[in-house]
Amino acid sequence: MIQPMKSNKHKNSFSYALTKSVPIMCSYFFVSMAYGMMMTANGFPWYDSLLVSMTVYTGAFQFVLTTLLSSGASLLTIAATAFLMNSRQILYSITFIHDFGKMGIAKPYMIHTLTDETYAVNCTLSLPYHQKKSVMLWIALMARCSWMIGAVLGGALGQIIPFSLEGIDFCMTALFVILFIDQWEKTSSHIPACLGLTVACVCLMLFGETGFMLPALIIVSAILVFYNQSKSEGTANSQ
Amino acid sequence: MNPTIYFLLAVAVSAVITFGLRALPFFFFRGEKNDKNMPDWLLQLGIVLPSAIMAVLIVYCLRGAKSDFVGSGIPGFLSVAVVAFSYKWKHNTFVSILLGTTMYMILVKIL
Repeated sequence: MIQPMKSNKHKNSFSYALTKSVPIMCSYFFVSMAYGMMMTANGFPWYDSLLVSMTVYTGAFQFVLTTLLSSGASLLTIAATAFLMNSRQILYSITFIHDFGKMGIAKPYMIHTLTDETYAVNCTLSLPYHQKKSVMLWIALMARCSWMIGAVLGGALGQIIPFSLEGIDFCMTALFVILFIDQWEKTSSHIPACLGLTVACVCLMLFGETGFMLPALIIVSAILVFYNQSKSEGTANSQ
Repeated sequence: MNPTIYFLLAVAVSAVITFGLRALPFFFFRGEKNDKNMPDWLLQLGIVLPSAIMAVLIVYCLRGAKSDFVGSGIPGFLSVAVVAFSYKWKHNTFVSILLGTTMYMILVKIL
């Protein structure tokens, strides 16, 4: 290939990635600002928010981690919650096994930065591979940067704001309600959603406010594994 | 346990598990052309789990209603209703989070 073409192509990749990632950057910026503020309200300074955003980097779970940390939850509860909340990431990675596999040193970074939103945008890219590669990298980089900047700014802002931030934790509830509605509209079977609500309420009654999360998560996923099995056996029998 | 060590351990555990899940298919994938090496139950779970987990998390967020219905339950349920209706109406994440959180912060102050 001719050299000058290459630099031109990279410039195009950047601006193309920018137009693709503006919606992600805006929503990440505001959601992570809420995250940073919530961390401060729970007694964690901005650099703690930055550390979590850099190493964990997964929206919904970071919010839950904040409440788990401030209530002193066991490492086992934290591990199980992380596993179950982030298990959907497996499906995203599968889609990009070939694309990321050929990206060399950028591969671990691409794996680490694959989120619900970058997955959705990467799926819409119909470009030749050599260009798609750099567009995906730019999108990953821009999304992650806006997430980290938002978290730091939110954390700093939370320390300056003169009024009490009591109740700021509700931004997490709001985020989950929105994600729940998104899931509800996307899936045809609402059995998993209703099962989750029922099991969680029953566990709350049985185990109380501080200890119900872990049993609820385990029971729900166990029932769903059996539910999937009986469903696939059912379709196998009918065929 | 020392709070700093607890914090760092918790973050490390979370980071390793999250990265591990994202990287898992790359371990099962050994130059073959599909994902047939993945255990089937894990794949199926990844499809149905998100909505069930979100439901559990919403209950987790509103767990305070059990012991304090007026001070925690009423603000929580009313604000969830605001988030749900505004999101159903406009489908704007930012507006719905802002509306719901502002309303909740005001309600916990006055109730």
